[in-house]
Formats: sequence, C-alpha cells, structure tokens
Amino acid sequence: MTLFEGRDLDCVRGERQVFAGLSFAVPSGGALVLHGPNGSGKSSLLRLMAGLLKPSRGHLAWDGRAVADDPDAHRARLQYLGHLDAVKSVLSVAENLDFWASAQGDGAAGVAAALERTGLAGLAEVPARMLSAGQRRRLALARLFVNRADLWLLDEPTVGLDEDSIGRLQAGLADHRRAGGRVVVATHTALDLPKAERLDLSAYQPPEDAGLEPW
Amino acid sequence: MVGAALSLAGRDLRLALRQRSDAGTVVLFFVLVASLFPLAIGPAPNVLLRIAPGVIWVTALLAVLLSLERLFLADFEDGSLELLTLAPTPLSLLVLAKCLAHWLTTGLPVILAAPVIAVLYGLEADAFAPLIGAMLLGSPSLSLIGAIGAALTLGARRGGVLVPLLVLPLYVPVLIFGVLAVDAALAGLPARPHLLLLGALLLAALPLAPIAAAAALRQAVE
Repeated sequence: MTLFEGRDLDCVRGERQVFAGLSFAVPSGGALVLHGPNGSGKSSLLRLMAGLLKPSRGHLAWDGRAVADDPDAHRARLQYLGHLDAVKSVLSVAENLDFWASAQGDGAAGVAAALERTGLAGLAEVPARMLSAGQRRRLALARLFVNRADLWLLDEPTVGLDEDSIGRLQAGLADHRRAGGRVVVATHTALDLPKAERLDLSAYQPPEDAGLEPW
Repeated sequence: MVGAALSLAGRDLRLALRQRSDAGTVVLFFVLVASLFPLAIGPAPNVLLRIAPGVIWVTALLAVLLSLERLFLADFEDGSLELLTLAPTPLSLLVLAKCLAHWLTTGLPVILAAPVIAVLYGLEADAFAPLIGAMLLGSPSLSLIGAIGAALTLGARRGGVLVPLLVLPLYVPVLIFGVLAVDAALAGLPARPHLLLLGALLLAALPLAPIAAAAALRQAVE
C-alpha cells in the first residue's frame, strides 16, 4: 500500500517559522484533517504538500521515494483546492470546467458528471459572474471530479457551502476514498470523514522566541 | 500536453473576445499616439517620412508594454496561476501558449493597424512589405520578452511601473532592427539582413523567454 508521508518538516514564511518538526502519513484511502487556530500553518502545510512551497527542512515522500526527485509525477497525481476559486467570471460554468478538464488532465472526461455531483448541472450555461459565492465554491470543487487524481488537498473546502452541498462533498470524499484516493483537508467545519486522522498543528508551533536573535 | 497548452491559448482568446475593451485599448492607443506626432511636429512631408519608421515602432512597443501587466495578473489574482503551475503540462509550454494568445490579441491587431499609420505618414508603398514583415517577426519577441517582465513583477506592489523598467532595455534590439529594416527599404537598400536578425531574435526568445518566465511564475505563487 502506497504511503504519502512527510518527515520532520519545517516551514518558514518570510522571516517567521510557521511550524517545525512536523511529520504525517496518509495511506491509500486515508484522510487527514488539519486542525489548529488561524495562522498555525494549515494552508502552508497544504501548499507544501502540493509542492507550491518548499520545506526549509525535512522531506515529502510518495511510496518511499522523495517527491522532490520527480515533481512532475507528483503534480500529475494531486488536485489542490486553495482559498481562491480560479473561476473566470466571463466564461460559463461549463466552459470554466471544460478548460480545467483539458488543462489538468486527459480531456473533457467527466464534465457533465462533475456538474451533476456538485449540483451545478442546471447552471452549466450560466456565466460564472452570475453565481453566488457558494456556487462558485461548488464550481471550484467540481474540478476535483473532472480528472482522476489520487491526492486531494483541500483548503477550507466548505466555505460558503450550504448543508446540501456539504452533504454532496462528503459523499464525493467517501467515493474518492473508496476508490483508493486520499484526502488532506483543512477545515473549521465538522466534516464527516470516517476513520480520518487528526493532525493538530498547534502541537508543532515553534517556541515563541525561536525566531529572535539574541541582542 | 500540447492539447492543454492549446486549450489555455483558446481560453485566453475567448476571454479577450468577451472583454473586447482590453484588446481594443491597445490598438486605439497605437493609432491615437501615432497620429499625435504629425499634430505636434507639423505636416512637413519630408520630416514625417523621416520619423515614420521610428514612430511606428516606438508606439507599437509602448502599446504592447501597456498590455503586459495583465498578461498574468488576472490568473494570479483569481488563483488560476497556482493551478496552472500544478498542472501536469510543463509551465514553460503554458507560458508559450499565453504569449501566443497575447500576441494574437495585441501584436497582430497593431500590425493590422500599422498600414493606416504608414499611409498617414506618407510612407511609400515599397516600404510597406518590409514594415509588415519586420513587425510580424519582431512583435512576437515583444510578447515573449514582455512575459518575463510581467512574471517577475507579479505580486510586487506597483508592478505596473516596474515592467517598463525591466522590459524596455530588452526591447532595444527589436526596435533597432525593426526601424533599420524600414529605413533600408526607404533608402533603396535590401531589408533582408535586418529581417533575418529579427528572426534570429525571435528564435532565441521562443525557447528561452518561456523558461525564464516560468521560473519567475513559480517564485510568484510560492
């Protein structure tokens, strides 16, 4: 069983140490939920897992092989959902999704199915500027269902979602895990993820004065 | 891989078509500024003919410069750029696709408008072909080199002011050979050597600029 793991990760943003000595492991079909107060480094950890950030110490490994050795292969197996929805207002819902289907993967394999999963099927031809904040978020989430990726990195996926949509997201996450996919999610909302591991980032905060030079 | 790049170029073109004012501004700027010079300098035909190649090229250069800031900015602000850097397609190929779309929406319209300005300055018909040829070979280099500047200034405050400072010095060779090609034709000399040099600049920029811009974009999304 392949394992996605990080060992002894340190993350420095600007001059500030965000977290230190953090390790994690996500098996196939597993889920990891990141907890911690604002600013504790949940987003930084997700960006680090995606390869957008480089750890200042430690390393990430996939199936025992360092991710840094083959960043292209790592990019091909992940889907990252950040704070921003990456939605173009002047394009229709379907056009937005069509673009990501071909830019990130093998063509418009599952655009219709992805719209169905996120409850946007009826809005396919609507320009994205007409969408509400929650609907834009659902459009961003629809990207996950368009192309098959093993690793989902989700940063606050439930922001702006109504209960119905959260239910749909949970069903999508469950299906993804059943198919052997893995999920890392940072959220403040209670998401029903059976057998998910919890990672509390407040346990990895550097001591208060760690970054300061002695006078 | 190529399919992903083409779909990105297609998306950028579609965005430009739906937000026509953006692309329209560039051509309008080119035509308006170029037609200011006769008003300021006076209508003496020999003077206008003498400055025509320089004015057309400098104005085209400034028009392209005007459009560079938004080359990556919208994608940067709405999060698309992060996702593009994570796409399985090499980022430099995606940058090349964006440059292609940028050229089609700025460089090409400016080239199409150039004959109008050339007529305004009384440029002889013999010089039209070298002018268009030089612009066809030179303007893609402007988009490509400009992409490096646009990528480097992403996330910097007042990036719009920095782009010209970074990019204009690199535009100088294109400007020189572009003007020389038209001047040569006006003097009855062959324009070919200058066109070949413009082609060489383009061939150098084609692989190198996307690689440099891609590296800058990775820094910007970090």
